[in-house]
Amino acid sequence: MKNVDILIIGGGPAGLAAGLSAKRNGVENVLILERDKCLGGILNQCIHNGFGLHTFKEELTGPEYADRYVTMVNTEAVPYMLNTMVCDISVADDGDKIVTAMNKENGMMKIKASAVILAMGCRERPRGALSIPGSRPAGIFSAGTAQYYVNMEGRMPGKKIVILGSGDIGLIMARRLKLEGAEVLCVAEIRPKSGGLKRHIVQCLEDFDIPLYLNTTVTCIHGKSRVEGVTLSQVDENMNHIKGTEKFVECDTLLLSCGLIPENELTTAAGASMDPKTGGPVVDSTLQCSIPGLFACGNVLHVHELVDHVSAEAERAGAFAANYVKGR
Amino acid sequence: MVKTVERDVELTCIRCPKGCALTVHVNPDNTATVTGNSCPKGEEYGRTEVLNPVRTVTSSVRIAGTKNGVVSVKTKGDIPKGKIFECMDALKGISVEAPVKIGDVIIENVADTGIDVVATANFE
Ligand code: SF4
Repeated sequence: MKNVDILIIGGGPAGLAAGLSAKRNGVENVLILERDKCLGGILNQCIHNGFGLHTFKEELTGPEYADRYVTMVNTEAVPYMLNTMVCDISVADDGDKIVTAMNKENGMMKIKASAVILAMGCRERPRGALSIPGSRPAGIFSAGTAQYYVNMEGRMPGKKIVILGSGDIGLIMARRLKLEGAEVLCVAEIRPKSGGLKRHIVQCLEDFDIPLYLNTTVTCIHGKSRVEGVTLSQVDENMNHIKGTEKFVECDTLLLSCGLIPENELTTAAGASMDPKTGGPVVDSTLQCSIPGLFACGNVLHVHELVDHVSAEAERAGAFAANYVKGR
Repeated sequence: MVKTVERDVELTCIRCPKGCALTVHVNPDNTATVTGNSCPKGEEYGRTEVLNPVRTVTSSVRIAGTKNGVVSVKTKGDIPKGKIFECMDALKGISVEAPVKIGDVIIENVADTGIDVVATANFE
């Protein structure tokens, strides 16, 4: 069995900063496991700018911000494995963590680690969790999936777009699709206020005259094989539909940007206590979960607004994990 | 000298995600006084946003000879807001040869703005 001092699960902004910090704090034998084919996580598809003002004192795009960290990880020789999926974390009698992971070359493998840092990030709330009535035609995407298509593969999800939810990715995609020539008809937000940054409302909607309808949601999706339109309805303060406010909007694509959920299947399966408010594990002031030696940072702990904050938190987690290992 | 109507414009600074609420007072001589900013960038933003709005444009271009390879790009500096779509049009037909490195110039002086479009990602 492979033995490491600190194992980091996830090679996005949190994992990279945590790995660097663990090594800078004197623990040599660290390992980052990343399930994608490259490091950097979601930053690679966030091609807009606004990253790094705190960390690097300049405004970078997502890929540039990721590259800064990837370059440091390579220069400082922090070990990592790509295309590697972690499927289980368990705790041995001596307190060591046994992490089960797999990839194409090694098949299934077990790695023994003195400490583990959770840095799996978050994912988007899917349609199923939103329970919108209607059929199941093609043309419904989460905003992040659409972002992947456009920014990583150069493909458009559709031509006439309605966006449900004014989370930041939805706002960013409103602008992105508009710039690429799509018609972005509106953004509907069920709450009385957008969940996105004011900066994005200005830069992504107001700049392009894309309307934002507050207290409004999609109450029906029309179309059989492809989306043909949606019904928008206003809601009252209890988020119940107000009868008579229904409006049909013709479109071929519906993007969902309705919030992010920390990705904690591994954490819950490991038996760590969870905080229902954040969707992340309960941690103490050293970012340690209820299981000693298990640390968490970044969006897996709670959803952050700024990647700079993720990096800063992950740096602390790396240092705390290093202290833990040295103290054992 | 340009004569402007003296007025107050309320806006949100978008130079960073903090989003400070700015008040820009436009003076009759077409200068502006900014309040509400938390850093000097906000002052500069408030002034230009009211007198001459600019934006950084980010997009992607195709990699020649690949099925769906793209590399992300940005304008290296801000360009006038009114030039955004001209800049996008210039990017539309472009495909570049790999390898591409961060900072490589993709289009010089895009849409006559004096600003280059550069790559923001590496492509082997
Ligand atoms: S004034 Fe400074 S801190 Fe405030 S939003 Fe603008 S750039 Fe950010």
